[in-house]
Amino acid sequence: MNEPIIDINHLRISFGTQKVLKDVSLQLFNGENLVVLGKSGSGKSVLIKCIVALLNSDSGIINVLGEDLSKLNSYGLNELRQKIGFLFQGGALYDSMTVKQNMEFVLQRIRRNLSQQERDEKIMDVLENVGLADALNKMPSQLSGGMRKRISLARTIVVDPLIMLYDEPTTGLDPVTSDEISSLINKVQEKYKTSSIIITHDIECVRATANRILMLQDGEIYMEGTLKEYESSKDPLIKAFFK
Amino acid sequence: MKKNIHVVNVNDFAKQQSLIISEKTLAKTESANNFLTDIANVCLFIVRFIKESFAKNHEFKEFLNQCFQIGYKSLPLISVTGTIMGLVLTIQSRPVLVNFGAESLLPGMVAVSLIREMGPVITGLICAGKIASSMGAELGSMKVTEQIEAMEVSSTNPMKFLVVTRVWAATLMIPLLILYADGLGILGSWAGANLKGDVSFTLFFSQAFSHVKFLDLFPAVVKSFFFGAVIGLVGCYKGYNAGRGTESVGVAANSAVVVASLLVLIVDVIAVQITDMVF
Repeated sequence: MNEPIIDINHLRISFGTQKVLKDVSLQLFNGENLVVLGKSGSGKSVLIKCIVALLNSDSGIINVLGEDLSKLNSYGLNELRQKIGFLFQGGALYDSMTVKQNMEFVLQRIRRNLSQQERDEKIMDVLENVGLADALNKMPSQLSGGMRKRISLARTIVVDPLIMLYDEPTTGLDPVTSDEISSLINKVQEKYKTSSIIITHDIECVRATANRILMLQDGEIYMEGTLKEYESSKDPLIKAFFK
Repeated sequence: MKKNIHVVNVNDFAKQQSLIISEKTLAKTESANNFLTDIANVCLFIVRFIKESFAKNHEFKEFLNQCFQIGYKSLPLISVTGTIMGLVLTIQSRPVLVNFGAESLLPGMVAVSLIREMGPVITGLICAGKIASSMGAELGSMKVTEQIEAMEVSSTNPMKFLVVTRVWAATLMIPLLILYADGLGILGSWAGANLKGDVSFTLFFSQAFSHVKFLDLFPAVVKSFFFGAVIGLVGCYKGYNAGRGTESVGVAANSAVVVASLLVLIVDVIAVQITDMVF
């Protein structure tokens, strides 16, 4: 297999006396969808927040696109973050801005060389890809949960990231919308050639998107393997997830 | 008759007491520790605000937007407050001045009281209620819904975009709102004087301003900049450091109002003392 684009070694993080991640190591390879599965509170979201340095680890090495996060200054970190897309659990759309302004806000800061016309074309192209071209001038409060997720995904991919991090992309959505989001994740991977880490506990989403699965339990890696290996596992915890 | 005396083992008693003392000491140490941590966080926040204020790449468009939100959108409330302030002060003071045969001093007295003290403090408190709470709630809800983190991962400095713009806008707009309230207060006072008398607009205003000196206006304007800075900083600090749950949005907004109002009064006391010493 090719070189890993994210390489995490012996990551430890704790909040006060609570140890959230205990010696976690993982690798993400170019073009793959790695699903991180686990119960609530197992440290999944903390793990991907460490990858974009929203949280600082206690120890361990995080290497993203060949850069060691601990050695980057704020300028270097900003440069690196421009290559990573992060889809937050609740969408995190800016409430005071329209859909277009939400996307322009990111484009103006990351793709500064684009003209207004190029920006508009890019926004329309991405919105058409997520099937919401008619929501251009809507406020986030006028959108449903599924639409917010799709617009949020559009805002993330508008800057052509190399890596996508999805924090529970289907949580709180009905099964039909969840399926739509899962297909969108695959579509994004195909069209934009991204590599992704998908945090979820939705098994249908795992089945639809995973190339490789890693299970976290109490801050430690419990099992790593393919969907087939997980589905044939006799471990009671794995079975409880895949029943 | 036999008396039952409860006998306690001396060692057990001492152990029990020492445990109680150590628990109390621990609790007090922890609350002192929290207090000191809060103070340190406030200092770090102010230092970071100053550092980001003078760093490159200013968010000028957002600053103008915040000036509009804080300044223009507060005009209706400040108009009503300013007018009522002058009107009520005139209606209340007039009978006393009439008793002393000093009715002609009414415009000057109202103008000086409004410009020196009532205008800045009352407008400052109103702004603390409106602006600090709105900043606390807005930034608090952005924190809860991960919008601040989303900003950070899209290479935007949230401290610069959200905090620096709001605090500077408040620092510049609140003095303007205070001067506007002073002007409307004097207008309200003229209306109040005409409820039981007949004073021309020109006479009332010329009398009012003949009593106002530069040294009445200057310290009031200077302290109003500090009111603006305090209101902006408290509102942003409370919102930016809100907790994780939705409940914390309410807590942030509420404590922003309480602390900002209190600090406006404290700044006023300090400003009055300094004015008294210097002028």
